Amino acid sequence: MMRWLPENISTYGGDIDALLSLIYSLTVFWFFLTLGLIGLFLFLYRRRDGRRAAYVRGERPAEAAWILIPAAIVLVLDLWIDHRGADAWAKVKGHIAPTAYRVRVTGKQFNWEFLYPGPDGKFGTPDDLQLDNELHVPVNQVVHGTLTSKDVIHNFFLPNVRFKQDALPGREVEFWFQATKPGKYEIPCAELCGFGHSGMNGTLIVHTPEDYQQWVKERWPSQ
Amino acid sequence: MTVSVQEVPGVGSEEPVHQEPTGFWRRYIFSVDHKMIGRQYLLLSAAMALVGGFLAYGLRWQLAFPDTWVPGLGFIGPETYNVLITMHGTTMVFFVAMPMLLGGFGNFLIPLMIGARDMAFPRLNMLSFWTIFTGSLVLLASYVVPGGAAAGGWTGYAPLSARPIYTGVNWGLNLWLLAHAIEFASFLMGGVNFLTTAMTMRAPGMTFFRLPLIVWQELTAAVVFLLSVGPLIAGAVMLLMDRIAGTSFFVPAGGGDPLLWQHLFWFFGHPEVYVVLLPAAGLACEVLPVFCRKPLFGYRWIVYSTFAAGILSFIVWAHHMFVSGMDPRLAMPFSITTILISVPFAIMVFAMIATLWGGSIRFATPMLFALGFLAMFICGGLTGIFNGSAPANIPLHGTYFIVAHFHYTLLSGVFFGGFAGLYFWFPKMFGRMLNERLGKVHFWLTLIAFNATFFPMHFLGLAGMVRRISNPLQYPSLEPLQAVNVFITLSAIGLILAQVPFAFNIVRSLRAGEPAPANPWEATTLEWSTASPPPHDNWGETAPAVYRWAYEYSSPDAGEDWLPQDRLLALKP
Repeated sequence: MMRWLPENISTYGGDIDALLSLIYSLTVFWFFLTLGLIGLFLFLYRRRDGRRAAYVRGERPAEAAWILIPAAIVLVLDLWIDHRGADAWAKVKGHIAPTAYRVRVTGKQFNWEFLYPGPDGKFGTPDDLQLDNELHVPVNQVVHGTLTSKDVIHNFFLPNVRFKQDALPGREVEFWFQATKPGKYEIPCAELCGFGHSGMNGTLIVHTPEDYQQWVKERWPSQ
Repeated sequence: MTVSVQEVPGVGSEEPVHQEPTGFWRRYIFSVDHKMIGRQYLLLSAAMALVGGFLAYGLRWQLAFPDTWVPGLGFIGPETYNVLITMHGTTMVFFVAMPMLLGGFGNFLIPLMIGARDMAFPRLNMLSFWTIFTGSLVLLASYVVPGGAAAGGWTGYAPLSARPIYTGVNWGLNLWLLAHAIEFASFLMGGVNFLTTAMTMRAPGMTFFRLPLIVWQELTAAVVFLLSVGPLIAGAVMLLMDRIAGTSFFVPAGGGDPLLWQHLFWFFGHPEVYVVLLPAAGLACEVLPVFCRKPLFGYRWIVYSTFAAGILSFIVWAHHMFVSGMDPRLAMPFSITTILISVPFAIMVFAMIATLWGGSIRFATPMLFALGFLAMFICGGLTGIFNGSAPANIPLHGTYFIVAHFHYTLLSGVFFGGFAGLYFWFPKMFGRMLNERLGKVHFWLTLIAFNATFFPMHFLGLAGMVRRISNPLQYPSLEPLQAVNVFITLSAIGLILAQVPFAFNIVRSLRAGEPAPANPWEATTLEWSTASPPPHDNWGETAPAVYRWAYEYSSPDAGEDWLPQDRLLALKP
């Protein structure tokens, strides 16, 4: 099942994938255990002439233990999953890794606007550059983004980065990621945002360091 | 002294609550009889299921063969597609699942199972049906108003839903809100009726812990609905004001907050999941012991688990909002509550499995559907562990993995739980037996088509296919997976066609089915002690009295392998 996931290209994607794998192993085990028991019981206890069903009410603690102990195991496994997950969540959403690379992402019906601060590293100066649907980042560089929306709620989804965050009008959400592999990746909008929702899809372009310098030179030739 | 066991018929007492009407209108249309009203609810949900199923056919066709002519529907552009998904979800949850599982089975079964002659408020009961009927008409009317029907998703997230300019839909979305309001009013009346009836009208001897489980689960569902719907009604009024009076409760430009809508919606929306699921589980719980000829395992533990699930359902809602922009520190607490709710459901599932152990299992059609519910619900419950873990939810939120998950939980409840109940109580409701062979064909076709439709959606979701897109071919990463979408669509059409044997079975049985005996399945609960169908006041001269719990199968105290709740075993010298 895990092979259906798109290729992971971020530093924290591995943590998410490890958690998915853990949950997958646990759920597959319980799936086969429960369905196997059902199948076994259906076969063993199918109706046969002259055999009467057992009279077991399962109310006394000694009998109920057959369902309560497995449920307690489920509880322990649940808490274990959350214990493991807490670190991954804190890594992705709980803080912003420090970086000089900033970008502002604005969702609108039906495009992603990416605002780059330019060589001075500051927004609101004349060298700011806005591109529609193209997010350029250097590989292995922490990217600190600020996400918002102009109209309705959109969802900024980077499948390969294992990142997803709603873009809300009137609110700014800070996020970060660090891409580890150069290439082009999709940025679909994952929240229904109107008739153009389908096809609202940007491109994440992860550059090698040389490529990135080249791209900066093309965009800000005067520098 | 020799002791022998003699069976004497049970006795109870209660006067008929109303006279049997003679005219057509009073008998079949404006009936106050809970059995007729229950059947009216079932008919309404079947009619709305045709609408919802047709919408599903349209949207699936569009996903498999984007922008081609849909036979019977025409071209579907992106605008129409958003209407299809919105109305499919709304129709199926609020106008199929609820009227079927609560209105239909709740109304028909609660008075019969507790030994009452009708609901506590028969006229209110009639009003509740005609209220949801009106709501259904309002929902259907929204298709034909200028601008078309609602297109903001079944969750109606603001500000998309709060300003007509964002969707291009004006009156359609207003009517969509109005239809919800009317539907909620209907189920508020129904819920009050369920509670009052079960509290005050139980037969002599019917203590709370002798109630059949489905009664507990209908009651829990009714209470959960009553307590959770208030915030959403407030939210719906605010949203309507935003739309027609220009207020800005949910629009940031005017100082509002879009997340407020999500909190109000999901504070109701997640408990609503259990409003649908608990009665479905209850139907399966009724059917399993009858066809295992064995007591339901751990009855009280299931009752306590039902309460626990109902209570926990109020503190899990924000798991729909992990990536919504709410404070990320809230995610882990909600992740823990969410994952905790798997415990009561695990107890229910284990109890159902333990019921099979040591049984004498008959594979009649109701049993097959109950087992189908159990198996499918296990799948849906397990995928819920992925979604409930906040970090694992990040890549899965808003994708087809979620679509697969809630169809495995909710649709398995409606389909497999609902059909288990329908095949089981059809003889009681209509006085005719259904054909077993057709029933089994229906089951196997449904099981195969259901899994062929929804299982591959897990893969698409993992691969990053997001929900509510009308054309997967617009995404380079999804192009190689288009064959999966085609397969799902063909399976979905197969799932719809798999219902033909069922429809045929119903029509055939109503016209020329074998007359049903009072207790064709040799079951113990009270409804089987009266005629099929029951007379107008349910019990004739004497209402039953109750001497034991609901699942006395294969008791060592009785010669037969079933001992009805109303049969007195007297010790006679």
